[in-house]
Amino acid sequence: MGNEERRIGVYVCWCGGNISDVVNVEKVVEAIKNEAGVVVARHFMFMCSEAGQKMIIDDIKKYKLNAVVVASCSPKLHELTFRNVVARAGLNPYMYYHANIREQSSWAHSNDPEEATRKAIRHVRMAIAYLRHAEPLEKIRVSATPSVLIIGGGISGLKAALDLSRMGINVYVVEKQPFIGGHLAKIGSIYPYGRKGWEVVSTLVKELRKRDNVVIYTNAEVESVKGFIGNFEVSIRVKPRYFKRMCKRLDEVTKVCPIRVPDEYSYGVKKRSAIILPPYPGAYPELPAIDMNSCTKCMKCLEVCKDSIDFSQEEQIIKLKVGSIITATGFKPYRPKEGEFGYKVYGEVITLPELLSILKQSDSKDRLVINGKEVKDLAFIYCVGSRQKPKGNNDKINTYCSRYCCNATMFTAIKLFERYRGIRQYHVYRDIRTYGKNELMYEKACKMGAVFVKYDENDPPKVYRNNNKLIVKVKDLLTEREELEIPVDLVVLVTGMEPNDNEKLNEILKLPTGRGGFYQEVHPKLRPVETTLAGFLIAGTAQGPKDSRESLLSASAAAAKAAGTVLKGFIELEPFVAFVDPEKCELSKTCIAECPYGAISVKNYEGFGKKAWVNPALCKGCGSCVAVCPVGAIQIRGLTNKQIEDMIKTSAKEV
Amino acid sequence: MNEGSEFRPKILVFSTNLISDVGIDYAGLLHMHYPATTSIIRLPCSSMIRPEWILFALESGFDGVFVAADGTDCPYLRDCTERTARRIDQALELVKKNGFRPERIKMAAICSVCAEPFSNHMKNFYEMLKKLGPVKKGEI
Repeated sequence: MGNEERRIGVYVCWCGGNISDVVNVEKVVEAIKNEAGVVVARHFMFMCSEAGQKMIIDDIKKYKLNAVVVASCSPKLHELTFRNVVARAGLNPYMYYHANIREQSSWAHSNDPEEATRKAIRHVRMAIAYLRHAEPLEKIRVSATPSVLIIGGGISGLKAALDLSRMGINVYVVEKQPFIGGHLAKIGSIYPYGRKGWEVVSTLVKELRKRDNVVIYTNAEVESVKGFIGNFEVSIRVKPRYFKRMCKRLDEVTKVCPIRVPDEYSYGVKKRSAIILPPYPGAYPELPAIDMNSCTKCMKCLEVCKDSIDFSQEEQIIKLKVGSIITATGFKPYRPKEGEFGYKVYGEVITLPELLSILKQSDSKDRLVINGKEVKDLAFIYCVGSRQKPKGNNDKINTYCSRYCCNATMFTAIKLFERYRGIRQYHVYRDIRTYGKNELMYEKACKMGAVFVKYDENDPPKVYRNNNKLIVKVKDLLTEREELEIPVDLVVLVTGMEPNDNEKLNEILKLPTGRGGFYQEVHPKLRPVETTLAGFLIAGTAQGPKDSRESLLSASAAAAKAAGTVLKGFIELEPFVAFVDPEKCELSKTCIAECPYGAISVKNYEGFGKKAWVNPALCKGCGSCVAVCPVGAIQIRGLTNKQIEDMIKTSAKEV
Repeated sequence: MNEGSEFRPKILVFSTNLISDVGIDYAGLLHMHYPATTSIIRLPCSSMIRPEWILFALESGFDGVFVAADGTDCPYLRDCTERTARRIDQALELVKKNGFRPERIKMAAICSVCAEPFSNHMKNFYEMLKKLGPVKKGEI
């Protein structure tokens, strides 16, 4: 700012005719050319074209401009383009303002050209007002540690780890469970090709073991995260496994353990002892772990594996320095409530993950036996725990589609037909969403004889027992609501995905979550794996329902983004952060209480004493502090109170 | 101005860079016509709005102020709605104290695809302001 005379160039774009067919661009130029500070004003066919860009650069030199307005499309499209244009002409890129007169004028008001022109004039005037008070800004540069923390050791976390490791970046993986692999390690054949889930995981594990820049902590949780992008200090808590070396008598030791609890690696289909064995071939780590939540310390295991088990092991706190953090904490399957479609009331009502676990274990040839009974007729009920409707009470509901379930069910249907001759399948669905290539599985399942019955979401099917069969009663929308009573031996609830229970982690990371409770990206298309917290990326189903292919894609994307952050050795941040005018600040500390990121503290200013101070690397520039300061001493760089006030005043003027 | 002609209320809209401004753009993309007497100022987050800016807008001649808040989609703050609502509450008090009708202030969450809700809000707000008449200090 200072005393330098403001010399502004204004460029109004026709956007072919997208703007100029509605907005009278000549009138706009005429209306603003005499505004204070404007030296040159023009309109042109395409400002974003080579010729348009050159026009700006030439004018900057010829007229010694020190600020530029382009009035064109949405800033989401070309703000960056024109910041770069003015920078190429030697101006500070922040001496630029983008007026939106296409999406917010010509397109929105094509029915009212006169008023649209007035609106365009107001928007350009606001841009000029903004620049009257603008100052050159510099990006904030901070150094970066060339290592990355990955929270979650499922396929997404492991894939991201492998990608980063191959780029020469140190990786730390923190997994809460005693073994890495996540959900995929728990299931057998997966679509589309029928490869086993755990095989995919163990392939990744094999690769990771060859790398010397990857450290994996299991039984571990993030304890605290301090610092900012490029410079995080992370502390993790690692629980002991109580196994210090392998024991040869694992079969025996699990038998001698008196504890039997549901086994999480089979979705509770099996029971396990307090000693958790490696759950799949090639599992990492190879050592068993003792689950202290169920262990009663009866010490019977010591009688079998005395030299392997060590109850004196203690928790460890490990401190890490990383430049970026990828959260890949995955999902949990929706657990139906007791009585929901007969779940937990009838033993023959199970969920899809439970069925997959049973199928994984029972290679028992040509008969599907559940609860000691052969299954001849089976019904799938779709969309259980997904696409739920509000019930009027305050129960949490999942309104989203879980995306993987139709496909997984179709694949399972095909497997069942192939494996069990003569099995009859009834697919009781709301809508089938086998998108993309998965449609072929739907077609195949249809051809193999799966019967599809469509239910009304407002009148869902009912499940009850009649003698030794379960009855699924449903009105079929495909046959004009004919009421069907389908006798079956097994009902499989096709359950969706829910976000994992991450309360503690959410307290620590404060990652934004969207509707449904999954972590939220900045933009689904433009910035799909970044969060608004600089340096924090998300991958896999922690972000929302995905199948394994999609999870792997997002993991590679997150890895690439993390690498982009840490590989240069430094990071440049946008300068739009809060700053304090120490002369005005009366140290009310309201801003400190308001800041959600802990970016504001008290600092001694030379000549002013103790005043509020903003750490620019921690500030995200939300501006919440701006609103609460009683004296207007804290403001956002690049959007100061004076700029906003002048914009309000200017746009209120009659056109 | 506009004397002798129909009263067309002027509305100041505060939008947010990442969410509601995108929704407003979307309304334009779909050519959903809403009153063109609007002016839009984009901010990072609706919780940034100082209540006195809203008062200042009415004093400067705007007939109404519409805050297109982020709601639960806010990428910065989980409790964005509560925070923004607090600003609005303060603004309501402030404008009343200064002799303006509080109905001239409206806040609603506008998501990044909320084209139709935004355009409906604008139309309704416009009609409501039309009934209220031009802004005037001391109107209450």
